[in-house]
Amino acid sequence: MTGERATSSAGQKPVLVVEDLQVVYETPAGPAKAVDHVSFSLRPGERLGLIGESGSGKTTIATALMRLTRAPGRIVGGKILLDGADVMQMTPTQLRASRLKDIALMPQGAMSSLNPVMQLEGQIIDAIVAHSPKMSRAALDARVDALLAQVGLNPEVRRRYPHELSGGMKQRAVMAIATSMQPKVIVADEPTSALDVVVQRQVMQTLGRLQGGLGAAVVLIGHDMGLIAQFADIVGVMYAGKLVEIGPVSQVIDAPRHPYTRLLIDSLPRIDIKKPLTGIRGLPPHLIDLPPGCGFGPRCPYAFDRCSLETPSMQDVAPAQKAACHLYPRNKSLPPLSARAERAQA
Amino acid sequence: MNRELLKYLATRVGQLLLIVFIAVSVNFAIPRLLPGDPVQTALARLQAGGGAQSIDIQKVAATYRQKYGLDADWFTQYLNYWRDLLHFDLGVSFANFPETVLTKIGNALPWSVGLLTVATLISFSLGSLLGARLAWPTRGRVIKTSVPLLMVLSSIPFYLLAIILVYFFAVVLRILPPAGGVDTTRIWRFDGPTIVDVLRHALLPCLSIVLGNIGFWALGMRSQMVSVLGEDYITFAEAKGLSPQRIFMRYGMRNAMLSQITALALSLGAVVSGAVLVEVVFNYPGLGTLLYVAIRGQDYFVIQGVVLMLIVSLAVLLFAVDLIYPLLDPRIRR
Amino acid sequence: MNRFFAAIERNWKQGRVSGPLIGGLAILFVILLVSLIGPFFVDPHNAQVGALAPRRPPSAQFLLGTDAQGRDLWTLLVYGTPNTLKMGLIAGIIGVGVGLTLGLIAGAVGGVVDAVIRILSDALLTVPAIAILVIIAGNVDRMTTGIMALVVASLAWMFTARTVRAQVLTIRERSYVEVARVNGQSALSILFAEIMPNLLPYIVASFVGTVGSAILAVIGLEALGLGALEETTLGNTIYWSQQSAAVLRGYWWWWGPPIVVIAAIFLGLFLTSVGFDRFANPRLAGRS
Repeated sequence: MTGERATSSAGQKPVLVVEDLQVVYETPAGPAKAVDHVSFSLRPGERLGLIGESGSGKTTIATALMRLTRAPGRIVGGKILLDGADVMQMTPTQLRASRLKDIALMPQGAMSSLNPVMQLEGQIIDAIVAHSPKMSRAALDARVDALLAQVGLNPEVRRRYPHELSGGMKQRAVMAIATSMQPKVIVADEPTSALDVVVQRQVMQTLGRLQGGLGAAVVLIGHDMGLIAQFADIVGVMYAGKLVEIGPVSQVIDAPRHPYTRLLIDSLPRIDIKKPLTGIRGLPPHLIDLPPGCGFGPRCPYAFDRCSLETPSMQDVAPAQKAACHLYPRNKSLPPLSARAERAQA
Repeated sequence: MNRELLKYLATRVGQLLLIVFIAVSVNFAIPRLLPGDPVQTALARLQAGGGAQSIDIQKVAATYRQKYGLDADWFTQYLNYWRDLLHFDLGVSFANFPETVLTKIGNALPWSVGLLTVATLISFSLGSLLGARLAWPTRGRVIKTSVPLLMVLSSIPFYLLAIILVYFFAVVLRILPPAGGVDTTRIWRFDGPTIVDVLRHALLPCLSIVLGNIGFWALGMRSQMVSVLGEDYITFAEAKGLSPQRIFMRYGMRNAMLSQITALALSLGAVVSGAVLVEVVFNYPGLGTLLYVAIRGQDYFVIQGVVLMLIVSLAVLLFAVDLIYPLLDPRIRR
Repeated sequence: MNRFFAAIERNWKQGRVSGPLIGGLAILFVILLVSLIGPFFVDPHNAQVGALAPRRPPSAQFLLGTDAQGRDLWTLLVYGTPNTLKMGLIAGIIGVGVGLTLGLIAGAVGGVVDAVIRILSDALLTVPAIAILVIIAGNVDRMTTGIMALVVASLAWMFTARTVRAQVLTIRERSYVEVARVNGQSALSILFAEIMPNLLPYIVASFVGTVGSAILAVIGLEALGLGALEETTLGNTIYWSQQSAAVLRGYWWWWGPPIVVIAAIFLGLFLTSVGFDRFANPRLAGRS
């Protein structure tokens, strides 16, 4: 499951274009920039994995793509083009029509995303009927059965209530709903967080299969680098609300260009090589009180004076790979960490 | 019907019986715990107060003493009490001898049930809808300004609201009758004008209860809705592209309703109490007025009978709510 | 003093001290003030039957008029309010005290004791209070405000007991209590050091609610004529006005002012409880 499939998508028009997206949370202590000028684009069939720590803005992007941002959050700038249509300009009716049909969400916490007092089939039919109101009862029933079968669920669970389903089953049910209208983009927000590894694998395989069948693009959000490495074609690294690096997954993992990405990958425990566990010293900044200059500066082992004065912007650092770091274009790649700096990270 | 449901039902029935048992026992015990002989005290007070001259007090006393064996020990009295209850013998009214307590209650009960049921249905549904609407984060200034009004209204006991309403509608405006259940000069017939008359008399009492209660339901529902709206399944429902109306009803209210029903059950005691007092203000021919008149006239057995009736009906109502609950919340059914 | 105001301002910004809390406390404060110092400014003789010309509407001399027995309404209010409040407060204190004790015992001891207390309180909670109160009150020979308070208190403990019990059960399972237990702290000291402080917000909230329902019950009993008829209370004043058909005869100054005062008391209690919820539960704060 590496990134060598879907080369047929190359050359096609992008199905999702995000340009300079800005989302702000109004807190009593001031506005917090949860998503700060994030841009990326996806072609049909492509899989983007967004990775970052908690609070880096990944889930905020997920909800923002469908304009589901809840108060006190607000989208304050940027453009979202869904298959050419400007999402920010859509009327409420158009927006509702595009949700699920063009872009579908698999929310974080699928466990609690199902209405506890409705049977499963009711929740699936709800979604279908909202977009195709004229379907006959028989056609709806057939569709429900087909959808459940597609995600590997026994059709007899359709009459069950959410509390009668296991965690993995609920996740699949949510997947069934998300793919019911054959969307062009699927946004999967931490689809496997609460599941054990065996079920995780099954769920990811199902997701991959469904997505392939639909030819849909996927935005996979998570904090598990291993999972993203296995599933995604492109990986985007988020830090403190900004996209700091983006590029083809194998390229980024083999040769990360941004210091944060490098430290993140280094901190992954490995079975093959024995080395001491490292972390990244320091804590992510408060989004209200961002330090001037680069958000990662205070924790970065490569930091120099420019880093605390000027915020770096995304630039090409390698074919199809971008990073936001002042080390470029002066350097070709990350210089090796000095031994002292390496020890300081442990 | 599966086993768990049967178990749930059995528990609830058991609770109902237990409550009735406790209530009856309390009803029996309290007058006897206080100093003095209950019947004798009541009769003596009656005599001293110059009430009910149409009966031979001593004869009544003797009959009762013999019947209830008030000379006998408590336990025998207790058993006799139960025996009489199971025969639906609640005693006799002193004030209207020989009319039985049961008859009087039977006459009053339909009025109370009618008034309370209608008033509670209206205030609960309207209040819940209003409260849910208040929680919905859209515009609607008219609705938003009703919150302070609701808070004030729910602060006033229904009984006092009733007084204010009588003043305005019956005295100042003179468009509604101030008292009674029906025009006393009317001949009872099941026809249009009688029904209209009944409704006209019921309007103010009903309004008092509705206005006094609606604030409570609305504010409660609002806070329930607010927490429900913060749940993940609402976000997902929006992500599915469902219409706001559908989300409001099927995803929002349907879940918030569960706690509202629980709140309804817990507050039924207070609602019934309040309604009793409202009847007093309006001299409405229900259990409330019956109780009041009995208190004034120290009609001992009527008081006991009505109190028992109130307790038992409330227990039955709660039992009914408990039965409804599994229908609404599938999680209980397992 | 400055530090106090600074603390208030800080809490206001956080949303913990909010409009309802201040409003509610202000209303209650004003009522308390009038109750406490009012009697010094009023001639008690005006509250006796036959003191003045009866049924006079409000005038410059007697701001709230007189009732059918020739008593000055303003004096009645000034004496009646503290009496009503007194009954509510006594019943509240007893109710919360008993409820707290029973709730603690039920939660801490568990087992049969817990089951008994729980069933008893649930059964009594679901009974219409008026019913039991009528029976008790109807059998008391001479009713006074003190006895009324006791009678009402007998049904006022359940809510507090339930809440306290639930909280004790939750807190008991918390890790810091486990730690204390493992460290060998005696059960009693755990009770006071760990559990009680966390119960404080619930106790305060229960108190406000209990006082409210106690006053409601008192007024209800007085409305039925079961109150302490020789004493001046707000409920009795309304009762006498009903006996004289004051509503039908248009004597609005007789029943109107007491109703306004009662409504103000309840409104104050309600706002205080809403405001206190926000104060005690910071998650509700900041939502304006």
